[in-house]
Amino acid sequence: MSPQRRFRWRSPLRGPWLTSVLGSVLLVTLPVVILTGLLSYIAYAPQLGQAIPGHVGWLRLPGFDWPTAPSWLYRLTQGVHVGLGLVLIPVVLAKLWSVIPRLFAWPPAASVAQLLERLSLIMLVGGILFEIVTGVLNIQYDYVFGFSFYTAHYFGAWVFIAGFVMHIVVKIPRMVSGLRSLPLREVLRTNTSDTRPEPLDLDGLVSVDPAGATISRRGALGLVGAGTLLMAVLTAGQTVGGILRPVALLLPRGRSRDGDFPVNKTAVAAGIDARSVGAQWRLTLRGGPSAVVMDRAALAGMPQHTARLPIACVEGWSTTQTWSGVRLADLARRAGVAAPHAARVMSLQRGGAFGEARLQADQIAHPDALLALRVNGADLTLDHGYPARIIVPALPGVHNTKWVAAIDFEAS
Amino acid sequence: MSARWRTAFHDVYGSYPLHLLTMAAGFALLGYVVATVKPMTLWNPHSWWQSIAVWFAAAVIAHDLVLFPIYALADRILWARAGRRRVRRLPISVRNYVRIPALGSGLTLLVFLPGIIGQGASTYLAATGQTQQPFLGRWLLLTAAMFATSATVYLLRLAFAGRRSSRVSSSTGNPRGTLPK
Repeated sequence: MSPQRRFRWRSPLRGPWLTSVLGSVLLVTLPVVILTGLLSYIAYAPQLGQAIPGHVGWLRLPGFDWPTAPSWLYRLTQGVHVGLGLVLIPVVLAKLWSVIPRLFAWPPAASVAQLLERLSLIMLVGGILFEIVTGVLNIQYDYVFGFSFYTAHYFGAWVFIAGFVMHIVVKIPRMVSGLRSLPLREVLRTNTSDTRPEPLDLDGLVSVDPAGATISRRGALGLVGAGTLLMAVLTAGQTVGGILRPVALLLPRGRSRDGDFPVNKTAVAAGIDARSVGAQWRLTLRGGPSAVVMDRAALAGMPQHTARLPIACVEGWSTTQTWSGVRLADLARRAGVAAPHAARVMSLQRGGAFGEARLQADQIAHPDALLALRVNGADLTLDHGYPARIIVPALPGVHNTKWVAAIDFEAS
Repeated sequence: MSARWRTAFHDVYGSYPLHLLTMAAGFALLGYVVATVKPMTLWNPHSWWQSIAVWFAAAVIAHDLVLFPIYALADRILWARAGRRRVRRLPISVRNYVRIPALGSGLTLLVFLPGIIGQGASTYLAATGQTQQPFLGRWLLLTAAMFATSATVYLLRLAFAGRRSSRVSSSTGNPRGTLPK
């Protein structure tokens, strides 16, 4: 046992090659998770003051209006963000396993450079696991952590991004030489009994006192691959839907509700009572010379439009349904605002962060942007937002306000 | 001259100048993140363990000092005993046929723990209109399926190896067909 090593790390698999392979997988995939996450912030429309957290300074992508086409855009970006994030968990764990001797290296730092580098690893390792833990809890509606998920996950991401970029700049040469140290073809041909440790390295990843191999390198990579495949199979259904939905058997959105598609909030939880949505329910349209008040029959008497659109949630799940109702553009004209630059939609919902939402000009003008009265040929159920709800192409799920009571169109 | 300067820099700092610039930029960005989020957001004075700072600190050590000791120790204890016993004499080690379904079961338990142990029941109900009742049973069935599949594959391989070795031993005149040790 050399003086630098306080523990006897025995696995003959650890070494620069294995760490580099796992690192290169994360180098390619994690930026996709980061980018789709930052895009979700833009999709929440920070220019309308409704992205969370509200104040992020320069810590965001350059602003642009989130598009309304293709209608599955948010479904795709957020499905990838959550799905790929879950799929990469086994790779992240394997990477941490592969470098664990470094944690116990002694002395902890031989120079100022090493000390700074080790401090940066706190951002890297803490950042990725913090993001995984908060994300995994959020998609299962477990808020045991008590703080705001949005705030924590957003700023946690930036701590991780800083640590990730530092790690890439410092370690890229090490990764390249690590990848070159063993030909992949040779690794794929080598079975367990012929698996030997890599030559001793400066970082101390390779065991000085290795045990015999109990699994080959190709077997270990296959095991990590099988883990990612397992996560993919258990996740894809919540976004893809259809016959694959029940395969996501451990996720909340792998389940149907007696054959019905999922909701994000029940009417009971939103404090909606039968009386407020009964015969005396009225929709108020404001923004024109005077307020326009309509009952449901008047809405049903307006030209109806049908569109097949997805609801896609920040939790990564989505479902595509056929909605019918009145075009928002028609309602704006009825209100007396020909070309609104924004609209504020208010719900009967009591409490909660999403009792109202604002829409951009193109989200009102889009021909498929609806105040839906019906879904799949039947009146909306109370849980789906009866008497009327918003459905707009590519809009994050929570902004498709249910139980709409009023819409304020803002003239440009 | 510049080569000498670089050597001197390396002697003092311990790495090349780009390394220092990267570190400085990264830590400055960290400082900006903390200043933007405002340090008081990171601390919950009413319930210390529900602070962002505490969860971040826990995340730093979650794998290396919690998860790793658990799975590494479990693996070592299991095979430290088995290694001295009969198991070793089987022509194919059963080790990975236990490890793989155990890892699959552990991974799914870790990721889907809230549903499996029924944590966050009220927010779950508000969001979905359902309870978390099915998840424990589903996870147990998934675990059972993974171990059963592994056992089946192991038995098939064992039977195949046994047939092959008995064919080899009968052709070489070994009447008992014992397996190589």
